[in-house]
Amino acid sequence: MKITDDSPPVLSALDRPNSYIGRSVPRPNLQRLTQGRGQYVSDVTLPRMAHVAFVRSPHAHARIKSIKVDAAKKAPGVIAVITGAELAKVMTPWVGVLTHLKGLKSAPQAPIAVERACWQGEAVAAVVARTRAQAEDACELVEVNYEPLPALTDPETALDAKTPVIHPSIADNLCFERKLDVGKVDEALASSDAVVETTFLFGRHTGVTTEPRSIVADWNVGEQKMTVYQGTQAPHMMQNLFAKHLGLAEHQVRVITKDVGGSFGIKVHTYADEMATVALSKLLKRPVKFVADRIESFVTDIHARDHRVKAKIGVRQDGTITAFEIDDLTGIGPYSVYPRTSGIEANQVVNLVGGPYTCPNYRAQARVVFTNKNVMCQYRAVGHPLAVAVTEGLVELAAAKIGMDPLELRRRNLIADDAYPAQSAAGLKFEKLSHHESLAHLDSLMNYAGLRAEQKKLREQGIYRGIGFASFIEVTNPSAAFYGVGGAKITSQDGATVKLDAQGALIVATGVTEQGQGAEAVVAQCVATAFGVPLERVRVITGDTDVTPYGGGTWASRAAGIGGEAAWQAGKALRANVLAVAGAMLQAKPETLDIRNGVVVDAASGTERLPLEELARVAYFRPDTLPAGIQAELVATRHYVPRAWPFAFTNGVQASYLEVDTDTGFVKLLKHWCVEDCGTIINPQLVDEQIRGGIVQGIGAALFEQCLYDERGQMLNGNMADYLVPMAAEMPDIECGHVVSPTADSELGAKGAGEAGTAGAPACVMNAINDALRPLHAAPLTDMPFTPGKILRALGKV
Amino acid sequence: MNEIDIALTVNGEPISERVEARKTLVDFLREDLGLTGSHVGCEHGVCGACTVRVNGAIVRGCLMLAVQCDGTIIETIEGLSDSGEVADLQAAFEQRNALQCGYCTPGMIAAAQDLLNRGGVPSRDQIREHLSGNYCRCTGYHAIVDAVESVAQERNKARAGAKR
Repeated sequence: MKITDDSPPVLSALDRPNSYIGRSVPRPNLQRLTQGRGQYVSDVTLPRMAHVAFVRSPHAHARIKSIKVDAAKKAPGVIAVITGAELAKVMTPWVGVLTHLKGLKSAPQAPIAVERACWQGEAVAAVVARTRAQAEDACELVEVNYEPLPALTDPETALDAKTPVIHPSIADNLCFERKLDVGKVDEALASSDAVVETTFLFGRHTGVTTEPRSIVADWNVGEQKMTVYQGTQAPHMMQNLFAKHLGLAEHQVRVITKDVGGSFGIKVHTYADEMATVALSKLLKRPVKFVADRIESFVTDIHARDHRVKAKIGVRQDGTITAFEIDDLTGIGPYSVYPRTSGIEANQVVNLVGGPYTCPNYRAQARVVFTNKNVMCQYRAVGHPLAVAVTEGLVELAAAKIGMDPLELRRRNLIADDAYPAQSAAGLKFEKLSHHESLAHLDSLMNYAGLRAEQKKLREQGIYRGIGFASFIEVTNPSAAFYGVGGAKITSQDGATVKLDAQGALIVATGVTEQGQGAEAVVAQCVATAFGVPLERVRVITGDTDVTPYGGGTWASRAAGIGGEAAWQAGKALRANVLAVAGAMLQAKPETLDIRNGVVVDAASGTERLPLEELARVAYFRPDTLPAGIQAELVATRHYVPRAWPFAFTNGVQASYLEVDTDTGFVKLLKHWCVEDCGTIINPQLVDEQIRGGIVQGIGAALFEQCLYDERGQMLNGNMADYLVPMAAEMPDIECGHVVSPTADSELGAKGAGEAGTAGAPACVMNAINDALRPLHAAPLTDMPFTPGKILRALGKV
Repeated sequence: MNEIDIALTVNGEPISERVEARKTLVDFLREDLGLTGSHVGCEHGVCGACTVRVNGAIVRGCLMLAVQCDGTIIETIEGLSDSGEVADLQAAFEQRNALQCGYCTPGMIAAAQDLLNRGGVPSRDQIREHLSGNYCRCTGYHAIVDAVESVAQERNKARAGAKR
């Protein structure tokens, strides 16, 4: 099959002969996955391996008065029944705070609850048995005597004086608060021709990775070494945390991450269950496996979003946006999640609202409060879907109010393409964005004028279609500004080690991890191009803290931009090393030589001089024939971290075209478009697929997904029959377009692409629904997910 | 413990095992036979990651008990791969990057093959409808539909060529 967008790159410094930069080459690791030969952690079995199942609190908040384990201990296959108090002797508790989020506070969290359970689903005891089924059987025999405590489930009441404080060790239920006031918001609003004020609600939802969280921990007493097989995005971060809380040195802990069945931010956090599993292995001196089942995933995988944002926009009749104002409130569960904290999403909302626009007046308040529901933390596109929905929702409501086309209103306010470097009202620094070019590209890609004409015609026939847009910015390639400066051992740099093997092929070890997004392919493309070998001669190793350079892993759309650059530099460094040897062998100056397609050539003429196989043979087996003083160094390591900018912002614009059935409230998605600018595109197909997958995840938030809780803190729909996710039949085809503004911070110029789709899609769908229903004078829908019931209520039909 | 002897054919191999009556087919395949290509996603019949073929029909390995498979012929992704039956689908998935993490892929390919075995060239909507019981969180489905559509066209062309 021919890939139509496999086009040569439009690059200069990267435009080496046989370049793979900018080409849609298939990923090297796909065949084993299509054949069912992947190695997911849930597939791992080890000699003497035992399985753990957890007894979980049925109460949102309860004191644990007593736990009777005798019957469970006698059950078939049971090896141990362990309570929180016993496990606390092996593992220290943790507190999820970062010093740069000033004032953020949380309480110590233990791997298994000790005196109190603070959400429904928190583990209160562990049963380890020979099989998972036996462990689950014995869980039913553990008798826990609970004293139910008042459950705090409504964030709106969390700070009321009469509301009980969840953690006695901290003063109140406020986890974090941030305020921002830039420009003259009150004056700007007062001088506006129109002010739109509304409240946006975002459903609490979760990642629903196809493979649930999985871990096998193997404490080897003889080696004093803990080997952990874990489906994680950040092996080195987990190595640090396991070591720290078990009282081990980091070199005693090895984290191995092979195939991971989906991550999306769900698998970048520290979970009590995983910490308990590692502690149990240490305690029992044998491998212990934990794989969350789907019900457990729903009540223990981090949740996200669940924000209430009161928001206001001022606009003049000529379309000038005068001010944005927001008040964000979010309830994050009983603990700030370790070590990234649960303050980041609200902080991002404050940072990002109004970000694409020139409007200088912006006031924001965000409060993050504790509740007795499952914990919330960073999930794909952290804060962006909320900030974009608030900003773009306001923009389209304002456009409707002053009777201006929504694209035209954006054109009049988006930061000009020649205005960079620029800064947003919230203080975000932009190196180079392309809002206007992206918008123009989208306009023609979707045939906007044609769709408007079609929409008008169909309305006359009683068919209600809507067109909605969302301009967005996205944080990618984070520097140490994200976590490192706050004291967390989460590295923002990454490394790659490239080795020439004895047959002239390359082995690359990289600190970024493969979650399915194609990191291995991107790293291979960078190395193959920089060094000069066919792609088939590059093998990439990821996910092993004993083997790979120290790295951050995969999060915040960093693998290609940071990991790719490190790989590019390592490839270049090894090429220089190899050419030094080749120069000695060929009695030529190294700078007159190059490596192309696996052969050392004369750089000027391209004449073949020496196959790499021959060079490797001499360097490894006959180094005695090399001139005196020539030592071949056939391994090179390079690291990279962004230094010039705290983040490499990307930008783009999405559009949704949909039809609302005004009798049933059902939304049929007809088409979705995205034009984005992630800088240099290393692999166009992989970028498009990140965008598409991200968009569908965003559509899930807009139309289907919500973790429903009752007022007692009981999750009501913790299964896949009741919690709806996007399936193939309801999803549209998605067309992607690109504008390329490389970052000058790296030689590659690549920024991230992993979260742009999720950032913009919910806003887009919301705006399209409201556009469809506008002629029917429906109240604007701003309460996600937009279920048929909510749509019918907005239409006044129920 | 209630255990029952079963005899069945899995990927062409005769298998005789004693299994717990409560054990699901997918747990039996993964734990007893080491066939880890069939994945466990939801364990309640919604996600389709455990889709396998039993007597020629696709089923959810989590909704069928191993003891119900006594006397049946089972085909998993390992068997479908080794026989070459789905080689063109696999190649199309790889070319089109119709998988990211790959966890749903074995089930997705089994479901797609079930559709393509019915002949003809299904529309994109029909492909989406047929795959609507298989959950993929990574791709957004567009690439999967592309891959299945292209194989349907290729197979149709090959059939037309064979008739001529």
